[in-house]
Amino acid sequence: MQVTLKIRRFNSEKDSEPWWGEYKFEAEPTDRLLDALNHVKWYLDGTLTYRRSCAHGVCGSDAMLINGHNGLACKLLLKNLGNKITVEPMRGLRVVKDLLVDMESFFDKYKAIKPYLITESPEPEQERLQSIEDREKFDDTTKCILCGACTTSCPSFWANSEYLGPAAIVNAHRFIFDSRDEGKEERLAVLNAAEGVWRCRTIFNCVEACPRGINVTRAIGEVKKALLFRRP
Amino acid sequence: MNGAGRPRPQGGIDLLAWIFMRVSGVVLLFMVLVHLAIMHIINNIEVINYHFVAERYATPFWRTYDVVMLWLAFIHGLNGVRVMIDDYVSSRGWRVLSLASLYVLGFVFLVLGSLVVLTFNPAHPF
Repeated sequence: MQVTLKIRRFNSEKDSEPWWGEYKFEAEPTDRLLDALNHVKWYLDGTLTYRRSCAHGVCGSDAMLINGHNGLACKLLLKNLGNKITVEPMRGLRVVKDLLVDMESFFDKYKAIKPYLITESPEPEQERLQSIEDREKFDDTTKCILCGACTTSCPSFWANSEYLGPAAIVNAHRFIFDSRDEGKEERLAVLNAAEGVWRCRTIFNCVEACPRGINVTRAIGEVKKALLFRRP
Repeated sequence: MNGAGRPRPQGGIDLLAWIFMRVSGVVLLFMVLVHLAIMHIINNIEVINYHFVAERYATPFWRTYDVVMLWLAFIHGLNGVRVMIDDYVSSRGWRVLSLASLYVLGFVFLVLGSLVVLTFNPAHPF
């Protein structure tokens, strides 16, 4: 099939304004969008810049705005995107070059919710055991690959870049609802602060954007409920 | 686990505001429906006059009803605007100015509205 890729280009060292690059070429309908981007970079314009690593929807490097929706370029087939495909960098983060955005602030927020096991009680002789039911409580939020698709689709985040954002809250949820973890209070305190979970306006863009199918808004709702019913 | 030695969590106002929005929203839904039914469906514009209001406000029930509805609806709306200012007004000066005027205007109108409902006296028409 004949495809036209319309890519929003910007080089923060050279350009004062972003511009649109159009690339027409022949591709297989079963090619992924990432294959098409590779085609542009390898054969048409080597200056095109984007992140990719595993190319199989696991590393979370190639999240971008595709035809107006956030998604992973390696998980979308050209036949499902149409002949004319618009590709832009994710919104709300500083563009370094073309589709590559500065993710530093995104990961700072991830670190702020302490994404590691916190324990105070003495170490058991063997593993910390967990029932199947207890594991089920945070199963959905373990699927996050930190691609940033949810946070950069969130209007609350666009309006206020200090907001922790859905991705950080999802990863907090993963530990708050883990029966082995004892750092719940510390994390809830971070999420209860002014730039925390209350900035969520239940818009559901994050749910639509998540390439892993995580019910992000539900997880945020569960964190809100945990704050509401917590005993100090 | 006890919270000893941990800093008290901040931002409690946002938690309260969040619950308030949900509770007031549900309560208002029913109160406003009843209000609309009485004022616009059961009674029409020809029936509603000074005498009608005076009769209604002779019982403390409808005064309480109207004051509660006024406060819930007004604070619900004020909080909605506060949240929008929080989201979209990032410069400090404009933020302080817009929040201050919101609170002042809100307070004035809330007091005025409550005064009208609570001090209405059919024996002494204006």
